[in-house]
Amino acid sequence: MIESALAFGFVAVSLALLMNLYRAAVGPTLMDRVLAVDTMVINTIALIILYGILESTTLYFESALLLAMFSFVSTVAYCRFLLRGDVIE
Amino acid sequence: MNPSLEILITFHIVVGAIFVFVGSFGLIKLPNLMSRLHGPSKATTLGLGGCLIASMIHFGSIHGRVSVQEILITFFLFITAPITAHFITKAHLHTEVDPEEELPTADGAYGWSTFGADVEQEIVAGEGTTRTKRDV
Repeated sequence: MIESALAFGFVAVSLALLMNLYRAAVGPTLMDRVLAVDTMVINTIALIILYGILESTTLYFESALLLAMFSFVSTVAYCRFLLRGDVIE
Repeated sequence: MNPSLEILITFHIVVGAIFVFVGSFGLIKLPNLMSRLHGPSKATTLGLGGCLIASMIHFGSIHGRVSVQEILITFFLFITAPITAHFITKAHLHTEVDPEEELPTADGAYGWSTFGADVEQEIVAGEGTTRTKRDV
């Protein structure tokens, strides 16, 4: 039962990644693309967690935490660059 | 594995995956950026929360003790999701939106405080301005 639920989860998160890619390509304004890339990283974290459940190993949680931190810092840095012209003043 | 635990894990994985999907579906369907901000916040909190609760139950039943790493990821995302949303909104307001045309007039003495800095700079530069803080 868990394997079929995991298969459904993989398909759903992969479709979500494709939809974010569409928004990152098409999105008329700049912040649409920033939001889409941030959401793509969140979906990648979901994929990593589901894969960890599938393989029954806790090895991958460090990479999920790292990705979360990187997405947050990169989104904030990009917005600060747009607002101020400088990331760290 | 205990069948009730299996049902719990399955339920949480399915709910989490559905919320992740719906959050990204909102990115496609909604008309402008301000509306599109709603989707990813649901995907981040409820979607990843569901997947992480499933993994907590799964590894708790295998190893016999609760692992705290997933709570760390959830806690971090709960705290940083509003911060990124605020930053994206502020950058969008300052680059794309004309405050006098598109935004509703704000009550109170100072108007939209995020646009008040522009008026302050005009006053500080000494050139004088026809706009007061109240007009903005």
